[in-house]
Amino acid sequence: MEILVYGTINSVSLALMGLGFAMIYGISRVPNFAHGALYIICGFVTWTLFYQFGLPYFISIILSLCVNGILGMIMYRFILIRVRGMNISEIIASYAIGLAILEALRYGGFRGMNYTLPVFMEGSLMLGGVPVDFHRLIMMVIGVLLVAGLWLFTHYTRLGLALQGMAQDERAALMLGIDSDLMAMLAMGFGAVLAGIAATLILPLGNIVVESGYNVLIMSIAVCIVGGLGSWMGAFFAAFIIGYAQILTVVFIGSHFQMVVALLAIILTLILKPSGLFGHQKELEERV
Amino acid sequence: MTTQQSRKERIDRGIKVRSDGLYALMSWRELTYLTLPRFILIAGMLALPFLVPGMYWQRVISIVCIYAILALSFDFLAHYVGLVSLGGAFFIGTGGYIAGILNSYFSIPPFLTVPLAAIIGGAFCTLLLLPCLPLKGVYFAIVTLMYPLFMARIIEAFDIFGGTDGLVGIDSFSSAFLEQYFVICMVLIFLFGIRRFVTTDRGLIFTAIMDNDQAVKASGINITRYKALAVFIASAMGCMAGGCLTHIYMWSGISQFALDFSILPIAATVIGGSGTLVGPLIGCLILVPVSELLRDFGTLRIVFYASILVGFILFRSDGIMEFGQRKYEQFERWTNI
Repeated sequence: MEILVYGTINSVSLALMGLGFAMIYGISRVPNFAHGALYIICGFVTWTLFYQFGLPYFISIILSLCVNGILGMIMYRFILIRVRGMNISEIIASYAIGLAILEALRYGGFRGMNYTLPVFMEGSLMLGGVPVDFHRLIMMVIGVLLVAGLWLFTHYTRLGLALQGMAQDERAALMLGIDSDLMAMLAMGFGAVLAGIAATLILPLGNIVVESGYNVLIMSIAVCIVGGLGSWMGAFFAAFIIGYAQILTVVFIGSHFQMVVALLAIILTLILKPSGLFGHQKELEERV
Repeated sequence: MTTQQSRKERIDRGIKVRSDGLYALMSWRELTYLTLPRFILIAGMLALPFLVPGMYWQRVISIVCIYAILALSFDFLAHYVGLVSLGGAFFIGTGGYIAGILNSYFSIPPFLTVPLAAIIGGAFCTLLLLPCLPLKGVYFAIVTLMYPLFMARIIEAFDIFGGTDGLVGIDSFSSAFLEQYFVICMVLIFLFGIRRFVTTDRGLIFTAIMDNDQAVKASGINITRYKALAVFIASAMGCMAGGCLTHIYMWSGISQFALDFSILPIAATVIGGSGTLVGPLIGCLILVPVSELLRDFGTLRIVFYASILVGFILFRSDGIMEFGQRKYEQFERWTNI
C-alpha cells in the first residue's frame, strides 16, 4: 500500500517535471536544456517575493509563474530563435543558458539547506493505512487537473489547436496562417510556466537547492524519452512507469539507485523501442 | 532618388592562389607563407614552458593541454562524425580512474598507466556507448550528458575506488618538465594526426556518415562499426587526458566527472572555430588561463564560460580560427553596386 501511494505521488511529480520539456520539444522542436534552471529559478523568485518582499504566498506564486513565462519567451525570442533548426547549436546554447542561470544562483549565495517554501496546507491524512500529508494530495490533484486541462486546451481552443497544428507539421501550419515563431515563443513560455508550476508544487516538500536543477533536467528528459519525445500523453504514462520503478528500487535496493533507474530506463527504451512508448514513426526516422 | 550602395567583397590573395597547388611552390616567400602558421603553432607550443613565469603558470599549461585534447576529441566527434557528445567528463573521469587504479593498486609507473588508461578507457567508454550509437543529434547528446552523472552516482552508491574521497597518493610524473612536454607533444600529435586522419578513406566515411548515414548504409558499409571506431578514437584521447590529469594532481575522484570537463571543451571549440581542429586548441589557450584568473570567483567562472559560449554561438558562430584564416588568405574591399 505504501508503494502504491508513494509511487503515485512520485509519478505525478515526475509527470509535472516532464510536461514542460515535452511541450516545448513537441511544438518548437527545441530541446530546452535550460528546463532545470527555469524550475529552480521559479522556486527562488517565489522565495524572494514571499520572504524578502513580504507578499502573500499565493500572489508571489502567481507573480513568479509570470516571471518564468516571460523569461522563457525572452530566451526564445532573443537567443534560441537564432539557432533554431541547428541541432548542435540548439543543445549547446540552451544548455549554456541553463548552466549560467544555475551557477549564477549558486554564486549568488543560494545554497545550503536554509531555503524552503511553506506547504500549502498543514496536516496529514491516513490513506489505506499510510499517512499522506495534504500537500502531496493537493499536488496530485493539481497534477491530474493540469494534464486534463492541457488536453482540453489543445483540443478545444483556437490557440491550442494552432499549437497542435504546428507540432504536427510546421510548414502546413505556416500555410494556414499560423505564425510559427510566435507559436514557438508561446510554447516556450507555456513550457516555462509548467516548469514553474512543477517547482511551486514540488519544492515545498524539500529544500531549494541548485543541484536539484540538474536532477530535474535529467528526470524530465528521462520521462520524455521513455514516453517518446514530443508526446505529452507518452510523457505522462512514462512518468508512472519510472515513478513506480524508482519507488520499488528505493524500497527494495536502496535510495542511491534512484538515478540509475532513470538512466537504465532511457538506455533500454532507446535500444528496444527508439521512438518511445507513444512516439510516431516519423520521429523514428529522425532519431535512428 | 538613388543612394550610393556598396558591399564588401572578399578576394583570395595572390600568394594564396599561387601556393595552393604544391607543385607551384616557386619561392621561399610562398613556402614561408604556407608553413609559417603551422611553424608558429608548433614552435609556440614547444616554447611555452620557457615563456611563462613560475611553477603555477607552468601547471596551467598542462591543464590547457589536457582541455585541448578533450576539446579536440569533441570537435572530431561532433564535426567530423556527427555525434555531439556532451559528456567530456565521462572520458576524463574514466581515464582518470583507470590510471589511478592501475597506479595505486598495481603500482604501475605513470608512463605505462597513461597509455593503458587510453586503451582500456577507450574500450570501456565505447562499450558503454555502444547501445546509443544508432542515435543521432539531440538523442545522443542527451544520453552522453547523463553518463558522467551516472558514473559518479555508481561510484558513490557502491562506495568503490575510495568512494567520495577518491584515490589519493598516486605517483606524479618524475619531473614538471617531463610532464609539460609529454602533454604538449600529445596535443600536437593528436592535432596533426586527426587532421591527417579525417582526409583518409576512413575519415571520408566518417564525414559521409555525418552528412547522410542512409546513403552510407546503402553502400553496404556498416555504420555502427565506423561510429564505434570514431567513439573509440575520441574516448581514448579523452581518457589519456584524464590519465594525465590524475598523475598531475596525484589524485582521482568524483569531481573528475564534474561539469567543468564537459562544458569548457565545448566552449573552447565554439570560440576557436568548430570543425577546424586547431580552433579548440586556440580556444583552450584563451579560456583556461582566463578561468584560472577568475578562480577566486568560484562558480561564477562557469557563468562566464556559458555566457561567452552563448555570445559566440549567436554572433560569431564561425569562431576565431575561421576569422583569422579569412584575414590571412583573403583581402576585403568595398565595391560599388
